[in-house]
Amino acid sequence: MELFRDNKIYDLMSKRNMFVSVSLILIVFSLFSIFTKGFNWGIDFAGGVEVQVKFDKKADIAEIRKLISTKFKGASITTFGNADEVLIRLNVQNASTNVQNDIGHQIEQVLKPLGKTDIRRVDIVGSKVGNELKEKGFEAFIFSIIGILIYVAFRFEWRFAVASVLALFHDTIISLGAVSFFHVEVNLDVLAAILTLMGYSLNDTIVVFDRIREQVRDSKIRDLALLINEAVSKTLSRTVLTSLTTFFVVLTLYLFGGEIIKPFSFTLLVGIIVGTYSSIFIASPLLIWLGFKIDDYRKRLAEKEKKKKEKEKMRQMYQGGVV
Amino acid sequence: MMKKLNYRLVIFTLAAIFGIVFTIPSFINKDPKINLGLDLQGGMYLVLGVKGEEAVKSKIKTTASTIKYITDKKELFIDNLKTGKNSIKFELIDKDDQTKLDDELKNIKGIQVKKVPNKDSVEYTLFLTPQEVLKTKDDALNQAIQTIRSRLDAFGLAEPTVTKQGKDKILVELPGIKTPKEQHSVQQLISTSAHLELYAVDEEHKALTQKDAEKYADVLLSDKNNPQRKYLLKTPPVLDGSMITNATVGFTQKTNQPAIFFTLNSQGAQIFGDFTGKNVGKRLAIVVDNKVYSAPVIQERIGGGSGQITVGSPEEAHVLAIALRSGSLPAPVVLLEKRSVGASLGADSIRQSMIALITGFVIVVLFMAWYYGLSGIVADIALIVNLFLIIAIMAIFGATLTLPGMAGIVLTVGMAVDANVIINERIRELIKEGKSIKAAIEGGYANAMSAILDANITTLIAAIALFAYGTGTIKGFAVTMAIGIMASMLTAILGTHGIWEYLLASGKKITLKSFGMKA
Repeated sequence: MELFRDNKIYDLMSKRNMFVSVSLILIVFSLFSIFTKGFNWGIDFAGGVEVQVKFDKKADIAEIRKLISTKFKGASITTFGNADEVLIRLNVQNASTNVQNDIGHQIEQVLKPLGKTDIRRVDIVGSKVGNELKEKGFEAFIFSIIGILIYVAFRFEWRFAVASVLALFHDTIISLGAVSFFHVEVNLDVLAAILTLMGYSLNDTIVVFDRIREQVRDSKIRDLALLINEAVSKTLSRTVLTSLTTFFVVLTLYLFGGEIIKPFSFTLLVGIIVGTYSSIFIASPLLIWLGFKIDDYRKRLAEKEKKKKEKEKMRQMYQGGVV
Repeated sequence: MMKKLNYRLVIFTLAAIFGIVFTIPSFINKDPKINLGLDLQGGMYLVLGVKGEEAVKSKIKTTASTIKYITDKKELFIDNLKTGKNSIKFELIDKDDQTKLDDELKNIKGIQVKKVPNKDSVEYTLFLTPQEVLKTKDDALNQAIQTIRSRLDAFGLAEPTVTKQGKDKILVELPGIKTPKEQHSVQQLISTSAHLELYAVDEEHKALTQKDAEKYADVLLSDKNNPQRKYLLKTPPVLDGSMITNATVGFTQKTNQPAIFFTLNSQGAQIFGDFTGKNVGKRLAIVVDNKVYSAPVIQERIGGGSGQITVGSPEEAHVLAIALRSGSLPAPVVLLEKRSVGASLGADSIRQSMIALITGFVIVVLFMAWYYGLSGIVADIALIVNLFLIIAIMAIFGATLTLPGMAGIVLTVGMAVDANVIINERIRELIKEGKSIKAAIEGGYANAMSAILDANITTLIAAIALFAYGTGTIKGFAVTMAIGIMASMLTAILGTHGIWEYLLASGKKITLKSFGMKA
């Protein structure tokens, strides 16, 4: 089976302004949602209490709310996955620090009149911990950005590094925008998903960049836009195929992986689409705007090659005992 | 046959055998097997904070007791012994005793002494040195860890782990705990300070508030069963629990009430003997965690250094005895984070993620075979070996599989075939350029190499960042992803290459169809 049979070279770069405009609109929209709507912070970051309770029949939300409100103010009660399971969320003020009598036990007591209940999960996060986790998450993001910048700059050159990192910001902002817009709970798993999609989208971008590097080395094309068109077109079937397999897999995770993992798989689903888009349409045009010069790079590659050969020569002479 | 073998295939086959052999134990529940995280097998995860400043306070109190004991013994008369947040104040009544007292104070480590002379007396103020304060806090944390660990061991729980987290936190992981009731008693056990103190009851004064009590250098504590009933007790306490060597559960002889029988060490026994000898007819209050358990009248001098505390229920006696035996917590602990998952939810999570894993796996395998023909099947073989390898490596290193970790494996399945997609696309390209099949395969692997390496290393960087800054379950995710990436390099690049070399050497007919291309 072949998706892209005729080795067609798509002229993508002439439409680069359009692609980037689409991205810019999405980014503005995402930032707007993030700053006006904000995030639905889960207790991992905001602190608070979450208790997941399973009943042996359909859960009576109104009754549960009445019972809970006798003891706790401002609880949110929603069904979780099935009709017989509910998630009770309390804000951080209720995340008492008393080890002996924590909120889980208290809620169990409160729900006693409802008959048999199964307290399936109790999560309590103090506000101090939540803030620490936020900081750590941010550090992880920065740390991997820096690591990626250094590695790509070392393997390619700085413009490739900057372009790939800008593409990463693009992916992260739009994914977070979707998370904000659709009111998906932001928990630790979502942070993991963001970092994963960074790795994933970078994977795609690197494969395209690798082709560009190869074309610069092996072809005679001197026009960057033409060269990028070739590189992107030649890697297109690979990019689409890999994105498809990964997308299918994440889709099964989203559909069958259970309620707890949903925020994670949602973020990844969006991230894969956005990441694929940015690898094809955004990362490469950035090279043009950043002023990448094919001739300079060729010269540099030639010099590198020359140095390598000289070294080789020296070594041979040295081993031959001439020096 | 030997000629057809190549080193790549040999390595790949060995890896496959290794993967399968070390995967089996995880499925028949033998070591080495994958540890399931608390979110999958059920259990409880606690992060506790230690109130270091309370340890400093109690250090001050103990030092005050020591001073009282020394001055009594050496017959140095002091008055107005008071403890503050970080200081001890008292008055030495006879100025001439100064040098004698100073010599004694030199033996107490970690304190600074300030003296203000009055007309006849000298006012002493003692501080803990800043180093001593830091050390006390640090000791408190380490001792708390030790204490909690031995309490949990004594309680008979399966595989509890108690470790230090950061500078002032303790991480407790209890995979054995599944019901809320078990959780409750364990949390009780962990957090009970079990701070035993014996006080002399102040029979001379009367006080209704804590402020009044302070006037007489006393403290007002309430009865354990009846909070309205208060006792006025002389500070500092006569003894504290640090001198306990043993505590057992039993029943009192006369009333047959559940009780804890404790034994003191020789120093404690001496102090206890001296005190009871001097105070026959007066009351002695037995205080645990600032609650008065009982205040019996001293009938006679109690030698031998043993005593008893009556408690409400046998269960309470059990928990308290363990706590007293394993030593008191040097400072109270507070709950910063708790995550508990019931066994049924863990089982559900395993089931759901297994469904996702298998569905995703089947889709990818079928897709590859449909799209790439024989070369897709070769990639599928590599993918299967890759899965075995991930499980085997995790089992050998005793890594923990968490729910996000499961998601990581599912994701790896999607991404692991990427290398093969890149390679196959390269091979197709070369075939279209008119290269022979053999040359196309060799060229395909060579051309694809740099892209695959760069792509995988950058993903690995993200995984390392996650591992370095992640906590708990996220670390599990980073580990599975990193292992998956590394295993995929072995299977998807080396393994499939070996298979092709073998197929070529054995003279199998490989056509365009083998790469999913139309002839």
